[in-house]
Amino acid sequence: MQGRNQVRSHRPIDPLSGGTGEARANASAGVLAPVRVTFRAVVETVIPEAAALDEQGWRDVEAIVEASLQTRPARLRRQLGLLLRLIAIVPVARYGRPFARLDAGRRSRVLGRLQDSPVFLLRRGFWGLRTLALMGYYARPSAAREIGYRAVPAGWEARR
Amino acid sequence: MIERAYDIVIVGSGAGGGTAARELAPLALAGRRVLLVEQGPRLRDEEFTGREIEMAASLYEDSGGFLTADGAMTLAFGRAYGGSTVVYTGTSLVAPERVIRGWAVPGLEHADVARRSAKYVVENNVHLLPPAAINDNNRLFVEGCTAAGFHAEQFPLNVRGCRGSSLCNLGCPNAAKLGTHRVQLPAAERDGVEVVTRAEAVRVEERAVVVRVRGRHPGEKGLPSEWEPGVYRVRAGIIVVAGGTVGSSALLLRSGFRTRLPRLGEGFTCHPAHILVAEHPGPITNDVGHPKSYFVDRAVDDGYVLETCMYFPFTTAKNLTGFGTDHSTFMRAFARLQMILVLACDRATRGNRIAVDRAGRPVVHYAFTPAVIESMVRATRASARIFFGAGALRVHAPTADPPVIEAAEAHGIDDRIEARHFRRGRTTVSAAHLMGGCGMGRDPADSVTDAWGRVHGVPWLRIADSSLFPDALQINPYLTVMALADRVAERIRADAGQLLEAAVRV
Repeated sequence: MQGRNQVRSHRPIDPLSGGTGEARANASAGVLAPVRVTFRAVVETVIPEAAALDEQGWRDVEAIVEASLQTRPARLRRQLGLLLRLIAIVPVARYGRPFARLDAGRRSRVLGRLQDSPVFLLRRGFWGLRTLALMGYYARPSAAREIGYRAVPAGWEARR
Repeated sequence: MIERAYDIVIVGSGAGGGTAARELAPLALAGRRVLLVEQGPRLRDEEFTGREIEMAASLYEDSGGFLTADGAMTLAFGRAYGGSTVVYTGTSLVAPERVIRGWAVPGLEHADVARRSAKYVVENNVHLLPPAAINDNNRLFVEGCTAAGFHAEQFPLNVRGCRGSSLCNLGCPNAAKLGTHRVQLPAAERDGVEVVTRAEAVRVEERAVVVRVRGRHPGEKGLPSEWEPGVYRVRAGIIVVAGGTVGSSALLLRSGFRTRLPRLGEGFTCHPAHILVAEHPGPITNDVGHPKSYFVDRAVDDGYVLETCMYFPFTTAKNLTGFGTDHSTFMRAFARLQMILVLACDRATRGNRIAVDRAGRPVVHYAFTPAVIESMVRATRASARIFFGAGALRVHAPTADPPVIEAAEAHGIDDRIEARHFRRGRTTVSAAHLMGGCGMGRDPADSVTDAWGRVHGVPWLRIADSSLFPDALQINPYLTVMALADRVAERIRADAGQLLEAAVRV
């Protein structure tokens, strides 16, 4: 009996095809470029300090996120783009303007509704977007310094 | 496809594969050709920088962001020369007698596991850190446990020359952690075991492994592979699969073994974990010193284990629930943060399993049972009491809503931390103790291998990693993985003559 878990053919399988390799090839254009305004507005809502970033700081944030997305399946990148477009336009019906043009309080309410949505897929989607925003911001060495993170290979010797 | 021939091929170089390589090295010394293939790269010492994102990308599968099928839990496992032993904290505990007895694997006795574990305690320089090396994050845990009525125990660790970088989970930058990449693998290579990195086992065939060797991308850390990029069929009289719970199960699944082994991929457990954070009034030493020095074992009574921990900025941020000012306030207090890792002792449960998708990639199905969620809630309540007992001002609890509990609210911990606040997709859950999928047991109806890692009905195929666990271990698993791999290697040494003669006849 053929189990559900089996691959039916015995052709050579490359688990990286459709994953890292394909992802690298397809990601050259970047995921964030078409949704940059909304993405930055989301990052500023998730991490209020991001509002103080200069253009170079934003480029650093986006480079970290893009690099991470390059190793992810194309499907996931498409879903991220879709979620950001959804976040951009959904507030129009309620507030009459897109997400990026809302004040901080309304932005928080929009994202809060996603975070607490009864629909698991929306909660999970926001969790993923939030994770990317946090990665882009806190993986920068300057952000680590600002929050007081000081770990270095020299360990105790560097503190004494 | 390029053809190669060896007597023994080992897949994977972590606690299981690295140990198997070391223990099979006498066969190499005796003239047998022994090969180990490892999917990840071999890093130079100077490439261990301690920088969060670049090290995660170099050392972990999916940069440490491998998700379960529903996306509700992150699984962290290593992918490098040394496997997960490169990125663990070196905690070295012997399997509890009750757990091995509970596994009820015919022929597997706790005394044997303990005896072999003791061998690796010596080999890996396992010892307790002296009091002077304990940082505030760990000291406060002990103080909080005393105040809250919990018994804290110190972790034995496998380090030599630890400088207290606190960067264990990003690969020790000081070569102090004695994983297989520092102890067993170099010894095996000195004795003639051949190691090929960046070499992924694609599938297992009759006495052969198909291996894809990939090139080194520009800018990627690590040495180039020892072999030219390409696809190889490596023939061998004995194949030892030790690619970790996910890797080993997926390899055998995409090789068609489920037909004869209905339990293949089943019995997955992982000790689902939350990272809890508390803020103290003043700075503490937390990002210096060994991060994981103490634990509280409440597995029997309450189904959880608490461990000290300290993570890096992004990992910490990801594990705090919510966003905005409350989230940032905790992050800005980093120098005042104490952390506790809570682990639920899950049990092998129908449906929690490893599968592969149509392309052969691993897919892990995991549902949080009510018992697991209750364990995490009990563990979180206990941790909150420990934090406040240690003098914390406020505690961040993922299973509270809102998640921040002030010291003045400490009397209401049980009301604030409740199972109903555990919401998939909102609450960050991660796991690093991945177990099962090729469990040991009596016969194919209940297991994949016997007590010596011999795959039922396939004498030339052995398993030697945490996928052998028929159920959760309820403690940190690496020493037990080494003990089991030691058993597997011992039996291979005994069987090698007969098996390799049979391979020649074939």
